[in-house]
Amino acid sequence: MPLLDARDVHGGYGGMNILNGVDMAIEANEIGVIVGPNGAGKSTMLKAVFGLLHVSQGEILLRGEPIHNLPPNRLVQKGMGFVPQEYNVFPSLSVKENLEMGAYLKPGNVKRMLSRVYEFFPPLYDKRHQPAGELSGGQRQMVAMGRALMAEPEVLLLDEPTAGLSPLYMNEIFERVKEVNAAGVGILMVEQNAKQALAIADKGFVLAAGQNRFTDTGAALLADPDVAKSFLGG
Amino acid sequence: MNELVFFINNVVIAGCVAGSIYAIGAVGVTLIFSIMRFAHFAHGDMMTFGAFMVLLLTTLFPSAGAAIGIPTPLIMLPLAMALTALLAVGIDRAFYKPLRAHGVKPIVMVIASLGVTLMLQGLIRLFAGTGGESLYVDDRKEIFRLALPIEGVRVPVVITEPQLYLFALTLISVVALHLFLSRSRLGKAMRAMSDNPSLAQASGINTNTIVAVTWVIAGGLAAIAGTLLSLDVTFKPDLSFFLLLPIFAAAIVGGVGHPYGAIAGGFVVGFAETLAVFNWGILLRPFRDSLPDWLAQAGNLAFVGTEYKIVVPFFILVAILVWRPTGIFKGKVI
Amino acid sequence: MSTTRTDTVAAPRRFPLREVVIFAALLVAVLGVYAMMGAAYSTRMLVEAACYAILALGLTIQWGYAGQFNAGVMGFVALGGFCAMFFSVPVNDAFWDSDLPGQLGTVLAYIVGAVLVVFGASRLDRIGVPKKLRTAITVVLAVVLYMVVISAFRGVADQIESQAGFIGGLGLPAWVGWIIGGALAGGVGYFIGHICLGLRSDYLAIATIGIAEIIKAFLKNSDWLTRGTATVSPLPWPVPGPAEVGFTLARALYLSVTAVMIAAIFFLLHRAYHAPWGRMIRAIRDNEISSAAMGKDINKRRLEIFVLGCILMGIGGAVLASFNSLFDPQGYLPLNHTFLVLVMVILGGPGNNLGTIFGAVAVYIIWLMSEPLALFLMELAVHFGESTFGWDAPASLDSRALQARVFVIGLLITLVLRFAPKGLLPEKTKHVE
Repeated sequence: MPLLDARDVHGGYGGMNILNGVDMAIEANEIGVIVGPNGAGKSTMLKAVFGLLHVSQGEILLRGEPIHNLPPNRLVQKGMGFVPQEYNVFPSLSVKENLEMGAYLKPGNVKRMLSRVYEFFPPLYDKRHQPAGELSGGQRQMVAMGRALMAEPEVLLLDEPTAGLSPLYMNEIFERVKEVNAAGVGILMVEQNAKQALAIADKGFVLAAGQNRFTDTGAALLADPDVAKSFLGG
Repeated sequence: MNELVFFINNVVIAGCVAGSIYAIGAVGVTLIFSIMRFAHFAHGDMMTFGAFMVLLLTTLFPSAGAAIGIPTPLIMLPLAMALTALLAVGIDRAFYKPLRAHGVKPIVMVIASLGVTLMLQGLIRLFAGTGGESLYVDDRKEIFRLALPIEGVRVPVVITEPQLYLFALTLISVVALHLFLSRSRLGKAMRAMSDNPSLAQASGINTNTIVAVTWVIAGGLAAIAGTLLSLDVTFKPDLSFFLLLPIFAAAIVGGVGHPYGAIAGGFVVGFAETLAVFNWGILLRPFRDSLPDWLAQAGNLAFVGTEYKIVVPFFILVAILVWRPTGIFKGKVI
Repeated sequence: MSTTRTDTVAAPRRFPLREVVIFAALLVAVLGVYAMMGAAYSTRMLVEAACYAILALGLTIQWGYAGQFNAGVMGFVALGGFCAMFFSVPVNDAFWDSDLPGQLGTVLAYIVGAVLVVFGASRLDRIGVPKKLRTAITVVLAVVLYMVVISAFRGVADQIESQAGFIGGLGLPAWVGWIIGGALAGGVGYFIGHICLGLRSDYLAIATIGIAEIIKAFLKNSDWLTRGTATVSPLPWPVPGPAEVGFTLARALYLSVTAVMIAAIFFLLHRAYHAPWGRMIRAIRDNEISSAAMGKDINKRRLEIFVLGCILMGIGGAVLASFNSLFDPQGYLPLNHTFLVLVMVILGGPGNNLGTIFGAVAVYIIWLMSEPLALFLMELAVHFGESTFGWDAPASLDSRALQARVFVIGLLITLVLRFAPKGLLPEKTKHVE
C-alpha cells in the first residue's frame, strides 16, 4: 500500500478548477518531486493534499485512509507535515519557540525532537534564542522544515523549499531533504529547480494544466528527451 | 519642598494610577487586535461590567472581607474576572464569531463591537442606574499620610489603600502575563497565531481555542482595570467613552499587537495626562521673589484644564499617527 | 459609441417594487402617527427626521460609498449646531459696548503671532540650524508661547463671562450659520481625514470618536462663547415662527425648507455618483489595489468623500439646532447623534441614498415611539413586581427604562450587520460573474 496516494484529484478556488485529475503516489521513505511550468497547479496540488483547498472530485489516501478535505490540524495528527513557500516561520518567536509550535499537538515530543532537529540543522542550535524573523532565508527554511519535523510526520510536504535562495543554500537544503528522508520520512515537494530536485527524487511528477504529463522515477525523467525539451529548459 | 511633595502627589502617584489602569486596559485591546485583527470598542464597557460585577457581589456580601482583613471588593475581584471572561467569550460566540465566519472586513467588526458596547451600556445602566456608587460598601477607605522627615515640609505624601492594591495588582498582572506569554504552551501558541495565523493552523494549533483564551484573558484584565478604577474613585456606569480614547492611544503608542508596548503606552498616556493638567505655577512659587513680575503673577500654568483632559490622549494619538504610525515598539499591523 | 456603454451600477429597468412597498409602509406609519399624536407633534417629528436624513446622507456617502467609518458624527453635528447659534443669535450689546472685543482681538492676534513664530522656528533648518537644535527650539518655543497665550486667553474669557455673560451672536440670517457650520465641520473633517485616511480604517473610527468628545468638551466648557451648560435659546428660524403663524404651519414651513434641501442634496449626490468622479469612487471601494495600479489618487478621493460627508453632517446639525431653537452642548450624546444615525444608514442601505432617507425617517419614528413604549413596559413590570413580590421599585426607574433603548439600538446594529448587511434597500451593484 502506498504511503500517500492521490487519485484523479480535481479542485480549485471559487468555482475555477485548477486541478483536472491528478494522480500521484509515493511509498514510505520515498522522495516525490512535482515539477512543471508556472500555473500547472503544482503548489495547488500540495495544498489540496494538506486540506487547504477543497477537493471536488477524486480521493487522497494516507496509508489507505481517505484524508481529503480534512482540516489541517487533523492531518498533522495523522502524521502529515507541511512547509509553505512563504511566511513559513513565526517571525517574532525565537527559533526554539518556532520548533515547539511544531510539536503543539504532541507536547511529549518536544525534548526528544528538539535534539533531533538540532542534529539535522546544527546552525539552528546556535541561534535557538534568536527571533526567527532575524534569520537569513536559508536558515528560515531550516526553521520551517524543523518545525514541521517536530510532530514526527510520516510524510512531509515542501512547497518550493529553495525558492529565492542562493545556490549555496540551495544545495544545502537539498542535502537536508535527503537526510530527513533517509531518517524515514516520506517527502513530497514542489520545485522550480527541476534538474537538481529530480536528481534526488525517487518519483517525479511532471504536471501541466492541472494534469499529469509524465510520471516516472526521477532519473528516468531526467533522461527523457521529451521532458528535457519541454520542461527542463533543454 | 512642599511644592515638590505636591508634585509627587499630583503627578507621580496620580500618573502611576492612571497609567496602571490604562496599561491593563490597553493590553486587552492589543491582544484582541493581534489575534482577531480588529479594534475592540466594547472594551471600555467590559471594564465597566467587571466593576459592576464587583459592586454587585460586594453589595450582596458586604462583610466577606472583614473575616480575612482585606476589603471585600478585592475578594470579589476573582469572581468578577471569571464572570467578565465568561461574558467576553459569550459575546464573541454570539456576535463576533458569525461575522468572522462570513469573512467581513475588520471595520465591520469594529461597528459590531460598537453595537455590543451600546448593549452593555444599556444593560448596566438598566440595573445600576446612572449615578455613581462607591465600591467600598462596608469597608473604610484607608488613607495613608506619609510625613517626610525633612525640615519645613508640612505637606505629607498622600496615598490611599486602593492605590496600593492597584500597584500590587498591576505588577502581578504584568508578571503573570509575561510568564504566560513566554513560558506556557498556550501563550506561545497565542503569539504564534498573532504572528502568522495560517501557519499556526498548519502546525495543528486550534485557532478557536486561542480565540477563546484571548477573550478570557482580555475579559479578566478588563475586570481588573475597571475595578481598580472604580476603587480609586467611584463606580460610574458611563465611564467607557472616556476610557476608550486613552486606552486606544496607549495601545497605538506601544505598537498595536505588542503587549509590552501597550503597558509602556499606558504609562506614557497616564503621565502625559497628569503632567498636562498639573499647574506648573506651583513649582515656581518658591522662586517667586527672584522671578519677573509677569511670571510670578501668572495664576494657572496648567497646559489644559481638567475638563479638557480628553484632549491629551487625542493629541498623543494624532502625534503618533503622524510621525510613527507603527508605535514606539514597532507594532505588527498598521 | 458612448450610448452602448453600460454603467455597472445602472440597474435593469424594472418596476421598483421593493422601493414602492417600503415607502408605502412608511407613509402608512407617518399617517398613523398623525392620527394618534396630532399634527403639531407629528410635523415636528418629520422635521427632525428630515434633519437626521441629512446627517444620514453624510454618513452613507462616507460608509457606503467609500467604506470609511465615522464614529464621531456627534462632533460634526455639534459644530453645525454651534454655528447656527453663533451666527443667528442677536448681537450682545453688553459685550460689544465694552472694551472686551478689543482685548479678545488682541489675544487672537497673539495666538496668530505665536503660531507664526512656532511655524517659523520649525523651518529654521532652512537657514542652516542643525535639525536637532531646530526641533528643540521649536518645542520649547511652542510650550512657552502656548502657556503665555493660553494664560492671557483665560483672563479675557473670564472677564467676558463675568461682565457680559457671553459674546453673543452676530444676528445674521439662520442660513448663514448653516453654510458656515457645514464649512467648519468640513474643515475639521479635512484635518482628521488627512491624518487617518492612509492608515487602517479602525484608526479613523478611534480618531473621530476622540474629536467628537473634544468638540463637545470645548463647547460645553467655553462659557464665554456658548454659555456652556446655561444653553442659548431661542434661535431664530429662517421661516415665520410659531408665534406668528401657529405651531403646525410654522413647522410645516420649516419642513418644506428641509425637504428642498434634501431634494437638492439627493439630486447633486445622484449626479456625482453617476459622473466619472462617482465611478472612480466606486472603483476604489471595490478594488483598492487595482485602482491604485491604474494611477488613481486613492487617498485624495477618500479625503474628498470624507470631507463632503462631514459638511453634510455640519449642515444637518445646524438645521437641527435652529429647529430646536436651542443650543445645549450637553444635549449632544453619542447615542442620539452618532449611533442613531449609524442605525439609520445600515438599516436603510449603506450607499443607497433613497434607502438612507427611508432608514432615517423610519428609525426616527421608531426611536420617538419607543420612549413612551419603554416607559409603559417598565410601568407594567413595576406594577407586576409590586403586586406579586411586593417589590419596592427604585425611584430612578423612568430614566432607567430609557436606557433599555440604548440596548435595543446596540442589538439592532449587531443584528443588521449579521442578517442584513446590505440594509433594506441594498445599493445596486451589478457584478460581472
